[in-house]
Amino acid sequence: MERKGRYGKYGGQYVSETLMGALIELQTAYERIKKDRNFARELTSLQGEYAGRETPLTFCPNASRELGCRIYLKREDLVHGGSHKLNNTLGQALLAKRMGKKRLIAETGAGQHGVATAIVGAALGLPVEVYMGEVDTKRQALNVYRMELMGARVIPVKSGTRTLKDAINEALRDWVANVRDTHYLIGSVVGPHPFPLMVRDFQSVIGREARRQVMKKEDRLPDTIVACVGGGSNAMGIFYPFVKDDVELIGVEAGGEGIDTGKHSATLCAGEAGVLHGTLSYLLQDANGQVLPTHSISAGLDYPGVGPEHSMLKDSGRVTYTAVNDPDVLGAFRFLSRNEGIIPALESAHAVAWVMKNADRFDRDDIVVINLSGRGDKDVAEVAALEGRI
Amino acid sequence: MGRIETVFANLDRPAFIGFTVAGDPDRETSIRAALALIEGGTDILELGIPFSDPVADGPTIQKADERAIAAGTTVDTVFEIVRTLRKKTGVPVVFLAYYNMIYHRGIDRFYREARDAGVDGILIADMPVEESDDVFETALHYGIDPIFLITQTTSDDRIRKIAARAHGYLYLVAVLGVTGVRDTVSAGAIDLLQRVRKQTKVPLALGFGISTPDHAKICSDAGADGVIVGSAIVDIVGRNVGDPAAMERELKSYVARMKKDL
Ligand SMILES: Cc1ncc(COP(=O)(O)O)c(C=O)c1O
Repeated sequence: MERKGRYGKYGGQYVSETLMGALIELQTAYERIKKDRNFARELTSLQGEYAGRETPLTFCPNASRELGCRIYLKREDLVHGGSHKLNNTLGQALLAKRMGKKRLIAETGAGQHGVATAIVGAALGLPVEVYMGEVDTKRQALNVYRMELMGARVIPVKSGTRTLKDAINEALRDWVANVRDTHYLIGSVVGPHPFPLMVRDFQSVIGREARRQVMKKEDRLPDTIVACVGGGSNAMGIFYPFVKDDVELIGVEAGGEGIDTGKHSATLCAGEAGVLHGTLSYLLQDANGQVLPTHSISAGLDYPGVGPEHSMLKDSGRVTYTAVNDPDVLGAFRFLSRNEGIIPALESAHAVAWVMKNADRFDRDDIVVINLSGRGDKDVAEVAALEGRI
Repeated sequence: MGRIETVFANLDRPAFIGFTVAGDPDRETSIRAALALIEGGTDILELGIPFSDPVADGPTIQKADERAIAAGTTVDTVFEIVRTLRKKTGVPVVFLAYYNMIYHRGIDRFYREARDAGVDGILIADMPVEESDDVFETALHYGIDPIFLITQTTSDDRIRKIAARAHGYLYLVAVLGVTGVRDTVSAGAIDLLQRVRKQTKVPLALGFGISTPDHAKICSDAGADGVIVGSAIVDIVGRNVGDPAAMERELKSYVARMKKDL
């Protein structure tokens, strides 16, 4: 039988039968709007007028001097809502509206995707319910308030490990029960086909802009592009338009307390192929095939799976996946704040940390683009608490 | 003829299909639960393989999976349970699994070991027919019935595709949603039964939400070839943790009551 949405051996649609109708409907609708000029126009207009695109590609003179190469940041932290997540939620919400869906549901870890979904729900007039692990509702209490302020209902998830993976389980269970009128707005390049494809397409605006911008500023492509990888959407978004070029691509996972401690979320570095949330991809699992609990200082990377396209890119060697640990991430968080006056999200700080640790690989003229997927305002309370300041 | 086919061929009433999670709350007790279900009159036994992320299941079965995993249940344990049961009963055993448990062990190895243990059918909750090429061929190779789900959102076109691969029985999902006890059997479930009936002669069993003799009777009157009960049984197991004798008594009398009007 014809299999949909494959990336090499990865991907697919491993879902309950109840959802197959909805996935086929979504696939068809997505293929239709991809060719629809009006849809593209409407999305571009919202991206500009509402979301604040295009985002700058900022040259960082101080960090460049410190690290000995030409460092640029792709400023997704300046997208409305504070992260790249809105690129995807705008696209999917517009699509859901076209499909006549009456309700949006989403999962969230750090709260950034939940916030981005709450934003589009308010802006486009769709009710939003967000599943969030109970542990995360406490870690990210302010984001719960933000979502509620914008009219979304946040449902704390008390099953399993009470974090992002369980929030996705609960959102899938909701979707099965309400599939006829509800769109599940998944927040990364994970889940069953067509989500990995669709989310990558909506996030690719990052890479397309970055390409134009770096050509304009430097008259050549960058040497290296670095992005953090949780589910993998900001990374796929910036990598995809460069995949066929001679540009080094580095995906940085959450090494947590160190891969050998078991307390990490470095799926591509330490996992093996498995099936979770509708897709075949690398997965952190134990010897018996049970999914493992994860750890990261950044809730947004705290996920045992990863997008299937990344799994293919790892196996083919086109992208290098690596991990950095929590202390280096905190170092990068402070480094960028102090040197450039830009507070990065802890997720994005993983990408910065990798460049800092690998600075001696680069020459003065090498161009390194870091995808600054989000701003760190959401994290300052947690870091201050870690430092014993509050 | 396989054991499952024989059950349906020899019955002049709908089959009672009972589900319990293997290893819930521990290996020994779950064997006692399975045997009590069979003694009470269960025609086909469905055994759930516990998984950390059972997305098709409601809270009752999620908790059973958690209990089983906490007790150290692995796929090895599940095969041991089947081997133990096989020494005592010829009732067909069907696995309900999430695909990762099979994929992780290796598809061929899993089905071979299942056949050796005496498993008759395997249903994978997160395996739509479109993805089933490998497991379908492997199942047939080892003489195991690949069992598929059909739901109220399955189109007629896809029902045809699924029916073409159906062996043993087709599992018709009576609700729009996850497993768990419901108040009624919906009109949608009966419509589904009639819709699928037009397309296949394979036995049709209704499951999800069914818990009372009244529910069973509605399914039976509508012409179902089997009724499947999961959460109501798992609930009895869960309520009697620590008192296996009481669990056995309750399971036996429950199955007998459910079967009375079938
Ligand atoms: C700022 C930021 N960056 C990155 C991520 C990780 O997601 P992804 O890997 O899909 O980009 C998140 C997720 O919450 C995030 O908030």
